[in-house]
Amino acid sequence: MEFGLSQEQLLIQDSFRGTLERLVSLDTIRAVSNSSHSMDKDLWTELVELGMPGLLISEEDVGTGLTLFDAAIVAMELGRNMAPVPFVATAVMAPLALKLAGSDAQREKWLPRIAAGEVIIGMVLSDAIHGAKRGAGVTANNNKLSGQASFALDAAEADALIIADAEENLYLVSADAEGLECNHLPSIDGTRPLSDIILKDVEADPLGNGSKDGIAKIVNAGRIILAAESFGASEEMLHRAVDYAKERRQCDRVSGSFQAVKHLCAEMAAELQPCQALIWYAAYAFDSLPEEAELSGLLAKSHMDEIGRFVARTATEVHGGMGYTDLMGLHFWFKRIGFNRAQLGSPEKLRNLAAALQGLSGAADTLLQTAAAR
Amino acid sequence: MDLTDRAEHMQFREEVRTFISEHRHLAPEDTTHSYRLMPRPYSEEVKNWQQLLVEKGYASRTVPTEYGGFGAEPDILKSKIIADEFFKANVPQGLFGQGISMLTPTLLEHGTEQQKKEWVERTIRAEVFWCQGYSEPNSGSDLASLQTSATEDGDDFIINGSKIWTTSAHVAQMIFCLVRTEPEAGKYDGISYLIFPMDTPGIEIRPLQTMTGHPSFNEVFFTDVRVPKSAVVGGRGKGWKVANSTLSHERGMLSNANLSHERLQKIEKLLKTERVDARPIGETAALMDRFIRLQARVQSMRLHEMRLISDAAADKPRGLGDMVCKLIGCELNHQLDSLAIDILGETGVLYDGIPSMELDGIWQQLHMYDLGLIIGGGTAQIQKNIIAERGLNMPREPRPAQG
Repeated sequence: MEFGLSQEQLLIQDSFRGTLERLVSLDTIRAVSNSSHSMDKDLWTELVELGMPGLLISEEDVGTGLTLFDAAIVAMELGRNMAPVPFVATAVMAPLALKLAGSDAQREKWLPRIAAGEVIIGMVLSDAIHGAKRGAGVTANNNKLSGQASFALDAAEADALIIADAEENLYLVSADAEGLECNHLPSIDGTRPLSDIILKDVEADPLGNGSKDGIAKIVNAGRIILAAESFGASEEMLHRAVDYAKERRQCDRVSGSFQAVKHLCAEMAAELQPCQALIWYAAYAFDSLPEEAELSGLLAKSHMDEIGRFVARTATEVHGGMGYTDLMGLHFWFKRIGFNRAQLGSPEKLRNLAAALQGLSGAADTLLQTAAAR
Repeated sequence: MDLTDRAEHMQFREEVRTFISEHRHLAPEDTTHSYRLMPRPYSEEVKNWQQLLVEKGYASRTVPTEYGGFGAEPDILKSKIIADEFFKANVPQGLFGQGISMLTPTLLEHGTEQQKKEWVERTIRAEVFWCQGYSEPNSGSDLASLQTSATEDGDDFIINGSKIWTTSAHVAQMIFCLVRTEPEAGKYDGISYLIFPMDTPGIEIRPLQTMTGHPSFNEVFFTDVRVPKSAVVGGRGKGWKVANSTLSHERGMLSNANLSHERLQKIEKLLKTERVDARPIGETAALMDRFIRLQARVQSMRLHEMRLISDAAADKPRGLGDMVCKLIGCELNHQLDSLAIDILGETGVLYDGIPSMELDGIWQQLHMYDLGLIIGGGTAQIQKNIIAERGLNMPREPRPAQG
């Protein structure tokens, strides 16, 4: 038994960590966050060199043919460094959607271009996960989509979108298709674009081999990756808090020599440590233990969301007033953790799903009749 | 990540399974845990089971054969296989506790040949029940300030003073005890680790009533207790070092994710079987939400332990990951008990001796006992100091003045 990273995975971790530490500074994050763009193009180019968008794409399709576990390792590093580049939609969920539901022709057309970083794909599944809201909902008529889809992930920079209609069929749509409108939704995290998509008879390419189980699997992968990213971001916040508390002097001693402060740091470390194994295992289960994959993903994200919120607020608190200012930039991590919490299912929803999945919830809840509950 | 057994371990797992299926009719109902909740002398059935496990190498397996053990090479993965298979089969594992888990490794590491020969075999075979004389009324978290004195008198020490929180002293035959033998030396240098019988004249034991109503702790008073110098383990004045090697065994022992998992499974059953207004209580969304929260925590601790075991098997150094187990594990168990009590509602407050209650108030008892474990064995606050200082390299607490 070996519970942990292999030598190759340690190399992947090192190379992403090194590149991200070299290229991402507070200025980089701030620049993207304050601009109308939601990604840093230079950073994207370097990460494409490392194979980031093609991690899950097979070698025949010019990807690196790795596993979700490997992608989770990368996501931890992206979160640690607050990397302003798209990942979960274009590098994880979209390739999986094409693999699970696409035809050979669709795969051949899109996967090599995704892997090469030539195209970015946004995912529009929120209504399939949560049920349509505010009158939203997409209907298909002869492969033409109409309606509104909310909370599209990574759509702002995307060349194409994968959209679920009301029947939970998947479609690929070009981002510049006639009749498609992509409205930016300002959110707390300026490096993670959210959009509302308005469709009027938009030409769509159905991913015809899809199934409801397929969507559940894609969403599960996305959840595990978001949990991994929040883990990396939380660890970074803890390290910053500890470093700050060792330097900041108050009352003639460093603030980290007060038990009140030390204990906050200890609590964060104690809560975070076990999360890593939980997330690793969820990713491993996705790759290798199908019967445990869905529950592991639900438990991993719901737990990480809670611990992430605790660490985000506590690490800020340990910084005192400085934590609240924009100067330290700590708030970018705080916001990334908060953003991830709400995406692809908030913890309460995921726990509901986990209960239903285990036959523990007798109450009928229409919101549960989505992906996992079936 | 590779969670499959290698061939050697696969075969070992089969051996364990075969042993369990062939011998489970001999297994007693009592476990280490039931003895901890209510200390009493081991029954013959429990002793026989323990001795069978020692002989077959499923308990104290790395203890050398010359001291009555199985003499296996340390292999943490095999230990985990034993623990997991016994747990899955719901068969009591080898006993742990102060003699077997704490004294035995200490004697093997620091004891003289004669001490090892005399005590190790009888201890692991559950023939001797030990208690631990560490804490004193004025020395709890600051253990090294202990004041019980041992004065030299020819070939003997004369012990005077008292101990508190002495688990099972009222049923123990032997004690391992920290005393101050060199009053002139510094706080940490004047302590010795002694072992002696509890029926030595001058020892008085007063059970300490606790909130559970079941005495498990005692106060122990020493008045001119005469103990030979040969009772010292690890050398005069070296007791602090010896004791610290024992404390690290205790910290490891107190966290055990399998135990948390077992409770979680019992709670799952409660959620499915307990009814309110003729509906399963599991339909109460708020309770279900709490259950899944704790399920995620139990899962994370089980996996975290698996990772630590895997790291230990690969000879990676212990670190932050090991330091968090006691704090998180004890708190988790207490939260599980709390949820079980809340699921039971009004019946959740019933306690001892209600024949109609399947579990006889066990959740209330655990709820209190586990609070005790959050405090005992290094309080949660001490654990946080350890995590912050040793795990995160934050400034140390100023040590109390050197006595």
